[in-house]
Amino acid sequence: MRYASLFWEYIKNYAKTRLTYRSDFWIEVLSDLLYQGMNLIFILIVFQHTPSLGGWSEAEVVFVYGFFMIPYGVFSTFFSIWNFSERYIVKGEMDRVLTRPAHSLYQVLLENVDPPSLIGSLVGAIIMAISWAQLGLPFHLLDIAMVLLLVISAVLIYAGLYTALSAISFYSDAPTGIVPLMYNIQNYGRYPVNIYNKMIRFMLTWLLPFAFVGVIPASYFLAKKTDDLSQLALITPVMGVVVFTLGLLLWNHGVKRYRGAGS
Amino acid sequence: MMSAYIDFIRIRFIMMLAYRVNYYSGIIIYAINIGAYYFLWQAIYGDKETLAGFTVTQMTTYVAVSWMARAFYFNNLDREIANEIRDGSVAVQLIRPYSYLLVKMMQGFGEGLFRMLLFMVPGMIIVCLIFPVTLPTDPKTWAIYLIMLFFSFLINSQINILTGLFAFFVENNEGMMRMKRVMVDLFSGVVIPIAFFPGWLSAIMQWLPFQAITYLPSSVFTGRTPTSEALHVFVIQILWFLGLLVPIWLTWRAARKRLFVQGG
Repeated sequence: MRYASLFWEYIKNYAKTRLTYRSDFWIEVLSDLLYQGMNLIFILIVFQHTPSLGGWSEAEVVFVYGFFMIPYGVFSTFFSIWNFSERYIVKGEMDRVLTRPAHSLYQVLLENVDPPSLIGSLVGAIIMAISWAQLGLPFHLLDIAMVLLLVISAVLIYAGLYTALSAISFYSDAPTGIVPLMYNIQNYGRYPVNIYNKMIRFMLTWLLPFAFVGVIPASYFLAKKTDDLSQLALITPVMGVVVFTLGLLLWNHGVKRYRGAGS
Repeated sequence: MMSAYIDFIRIRFIMMLAYRVNYYSGIIIYAINIGAYYFLWQAIYGDKETLAGFTVTQMTTYVAVSWMARAFYFNNLDREIANEIRDGSVAVQLIRPYSYLLVKMMQGFGEGLFRMLLFMVPGMIIVCLIFPVTLPTDPKTWAIYLIMLFFSFLINSQINILTGLFAFFVENNEGMMRMKRVMVDLFSGVVIPIAFFPGWLSAIMQWLPFQAITYLPSSVFTGRTPTSEALHVFVIQILWFLGLLVPIWLTWRAARKRLFVQGG
């Protein structure tokens, strides 16, 4: 309950600061959408030259992309902690966070919320709905619950991975450059994973499970394929809980070790 | 006077050298990106021999060389200029006895030289070991490509300078700079060669400078544009280089008149 009221206070605070620069807000939304649009344009252009990509049709790949945008938007809203190492460790803001009673991760996340990213989720949902109709997939009420469950699980996977990555800063204060590295690897997860070789596929499924954010949960709703990724779709919630727990444990352990940047 | 400008190249080069560790991970990131697009294009080709005039092997080379060219020509001149305008330090630069924009270009070139020697060349060697890239054997192709690559750098830097200068007119051009970056990546042909674009879009691209940054030189390098036509392509680059000087000059002239420094 206290956490919920904290959440509300942080959001109110955020709104107040943002309303001072209204035009920035819309420019940010627009450039976010343009960036997402670039990937979509890539898919659309590619399918002008080929009917299928590793056995997936255009509407299916667009469907996967639309699904991917939903958890990605939610994740970007609540986990935009790209500069955690610089702002909290190097500049020492972590000390301020730790003097307060609420959980440190919760505070750090709320200080950095970025609601404009949620518009990406909305666009993703629209894209998914359009491809759903195009593919003529059956629609049951249960599907809405499934979409929600899979989206939440995918967000947990993202959240766990990036919490773990941020927690690395507690152990090494030198900039590791690992966050931009991960940011680029996650691009692999937007496309059907069966186009990659075995090694990359294994890595994307089990080590850095970005396949569980896009293509695997989305395949639950699509027609069955020969290599049948949809068998794995129902493991997504398990993966989500496991990955997020691991991330959180690493964070908590890191906070205990944290000694401050000095000075 | 010229030696002062050359010193700007040297200073920036040495400064970048101090932060070289940051660029080692850059090589891995570019290799990852090249890998993603390599597999994607393999799947797109499937069992087809050529698409939009590119063979599969040419496409692999195109992806590798385009990303590595980006490693060279990429810079943050737009952000540097915008920051100097916003924090007011541009005022100090303006009273110094040199051309501010030329100095920026020289600094960009110092960064470019560093990126070329410690990012592009080692990156290209690593990528050639991992992926089946076929390099051109004709030394003439190499020579033409290197000259064209230099113009890629010039044109990209010009676009950056122009974007940065807009900070004189709007107080916050952050969104514009992000938009520019996405547009350059998409329309210059790093992600998809212009030849793949639908007819109407590639027709528009013919009239924009972006293709001169990546698509034209990479097409020469992969052999899609034969060396006999390379001269024609090179002329397009030169024309864009000269053409872009005009809006930069106009913006610069208008900007100096309305400079007001926020805060102080």
